[in-house]
Amino acid sequence: MRKKLAMNMPAVKVDLGPIPPPLPAQSTAKVLPLLAPKPTLKSRIAAGSTAIAARVFPPALVIALLLAIWQILCSKAGATLPAPSKVVSDAWGLISDPFFDNGGLDKGLFWHISASLQRVALGYALASIVGVALGALVGQSIWAMRGLDPIFQVLRTVPPLAWLPLSLAAFRNGQPSAIFVIFITAIWPIIINTAVGIRNIPQDYRNVAAVLRLNHLEFFLKIMVPAAAPYIFTGLRIGIGLSWLAIVAAEMLIGGVGIGFFIWDAWNSSHISEIIVALVYVGLVGFVLDRIVAGIASIVTHGTAAN
Amino acid sequence: MPYLKLDHIAKSFVRGSQKTVVLADVTLAVEKGEFVSIIGHSGCGKTTVLNIVAGLVAATTGGAILEEREVSEPGPDRAVVFQNHSLLPWLTVYGNVRLAVDKVFAARKTRAERHVWTMHNLDLVQMAHAKDRRPAEISGGMKQRVGLARALAMEPKVLLLDEPFGALDALTRSYLQDSVMALHEKLGNTVLMITHDVDEAVLLSDRIAMMTNGPAATIGEVLPVPLPRPRKRLELATSPVYLKCRQRMLEFLYERHRFVEAA
Repeated sequence: MRKKLAMNMPAVKVDLGPIPPPLPAQSTAKVLPLLAPKPTLKSRIAAGSTAIAARVFPPALVIALLLAIWQILCSKAGATLPAPSKVVSDAWGLISDPFFDNGGLDKGLFWHISASLQRVALGYALASIVGVALGALVGQSIWAMRGLDPIFQVLRTVPPLAWLPLSLAAFRNGQPSAIFVIFITAIWPIIINTAVGIRNIPQDYRNVAAVLRLNHLEFFLKIMVPAAAPYIFTGLRIGIGLSWLAIVAAEMLIGGVGIGFFIWDAWNSSHISEIIVALVYVGLVGFVLDRIVAGIASIVTHGTAAN
Repeated sequence: MPYLKLDHIAKSFVRGSQKTVVLADVTLAVEKGEFVSIIGHSGCGKTTVLNIVAGLVAATTGGAILEEREVSEPGPDRAVVFQNHSLLPWLTVYGNVRLAVDKVFAARKTRAERHVWTMHNLDLVQMAHAKDRRPAEISGGMKQRVGLARALAMEPKVLLLDEPFGALDALTRSYLQDSVMALHEKLGNTVLMITHDVDEAVLLSDRIAMMTNGPAATIGEVLPVPLPRPRKRLELATSPVYLKCRQRMLEFLYERHRFVEAA
C-alpha cells in the first residue's frame, strides 16, 4: 500500500534549469513621432477669445436679464424706484464725469471715493500693524492669550457704528473718529487669524528653529511670519471688507466729503438715481480692494500653503 | 569616556496624580564615527530618546553627554533629520539648506563660501539639480535627501536620524539607505538612528540597541554587527552573519518583547 502510494506520487524533482536571459527590450519597433500641429497665431487668438468669452458671457447675460426685469418692474406708473434707463438719464452728469469739482461738497464721485479710500487706508494700515503685532503676541504667549483673548472676544462683537459716538467724544473731530472706527472694525479678524496662524505653526518648524538656535527676531521673521502668512492674509482680507462696509456707515454720520455722506446727502435731496450710481461704485471699489489684498496674498504666500 | 554617552536617562510625565514612566535607565555609549541604531516597537519611546539627545526634550533624570559636556538645549552640533523631513515649504531646496548654513557658519565663512558649502552639501545628496524647487514640488525621497543635506551642512558632531526613511516606499527607502551608507563611509560621521526596520538596522549599523516595550522602556540588549564595510545589500542577503544578526533581533522583538497592543 505504502509502496503503491510512493509509486503513484514520486518525489518531485523539478529542474528549473538555467534562468532564461531577460528578453531584450523591444527596440525594433518603429517609433512614429506624433505630428502635433503647430499652433498658428490665428488658432491661438481663437482659443484665447473662446476662454475670455466663457468668462465674460455668463455674467453679462445675467446682468442684462436683471436689468431687463428691473426695467419692466420700475417702468409702471407709481413705481417708487427709478428704472435703469431713468437712472442713466437722471444721473448722466455723475456717470459721465466723475472728476468735476464745483467746490464744497459738490464734487464728482471720484473725489468722494478717494476721500473714503484715504480714511480706509489710514485706519486699515494701523489695524494691520497693530493687529499682526497683537495677534503674534496672543498666538505665541499662553499668558497673553489667557489675559487678552476673552476681552477680544467680547469687543469684536461690538458693531462698528457703536464705537462712533465714543470716538467722536474722545477726538472731537469727524476725521480721526472715522479712521478710528475703521481701525477698530478691521483689527479683530486680523488679530484672531494671526493668533490662530501662529498657534498652528507645526512643532516641526519650531524644532528646526531650535536645532538651528534661531534667536527671537530670526524666529519671528524666518519662521513665524512666513508660516502664519496664509492665516494673516485671511484676516487682512476679512479686515479690508469690513473696513469698506464700515466707512460708508460712518461717513453717513460724520458728514464731509466721502461716499457715505454722498449717499446720505442724495437721499435727503431725493436723488434716488444718484444713490444707485453711488452703490454701483461702492460695490466695484469694494470688489477691487478685496482682489488687491487677495493678489498680494497669493504673491507673498507663494508656496506657503502647500506642504 | 565615550564620544556620546546616554547616561541613565529616565523620562516620566506627570498628569495630575498619575505618573507615567516612559523611559527608565537608558544607558548607551557611542564612539566617534560609529553608526548606532536604536530599534523598538512603535510607542516604546525611541523618539523620546533621540529628542533628549537632540535637546528638544529634557530628561527627568540622567542625560546625554557629548564630548564630556552635558546636553542641555538643542544645537547644530546635534543635527536632526526628522521623520517627516520638516523642510520649510516657503523656501526652496537651496534656501532650506542655506538657512542652516547661514546660521551655523555666520561668523566662520564668507557669503561666497557659504554658497559653495550649501551647493557642496546638495551635491553630496545629489540634489543640486533641484536647488530652485520648493519642497512641495519634489518627491518624498528627495525631501528626505534635502533634510539630510541640511543636517550634514551643519557639520554636526552627531547626526541624529529619526526614522528618516519611515514614510518612504520600499524602493526609495533602499536607495536612500545606500546613500546614507555611502555618506557615512565618506564623511565618517557619528550617527544615532532611530528605526523600526530590522533589515535597515542590520544593514547600516555598527551596533544596534534594542529597546524593551514601555512603560519604563529601556535598552534590553546591544547587538554588535560584525559585518565588514563597505556592505553590499545583495551580498548580505546570503551572509550568515547578517542572517544571524537578523535572527537575534527578531527573537528579541517578537518573542521576548512582543508588542501586544499591535496584535
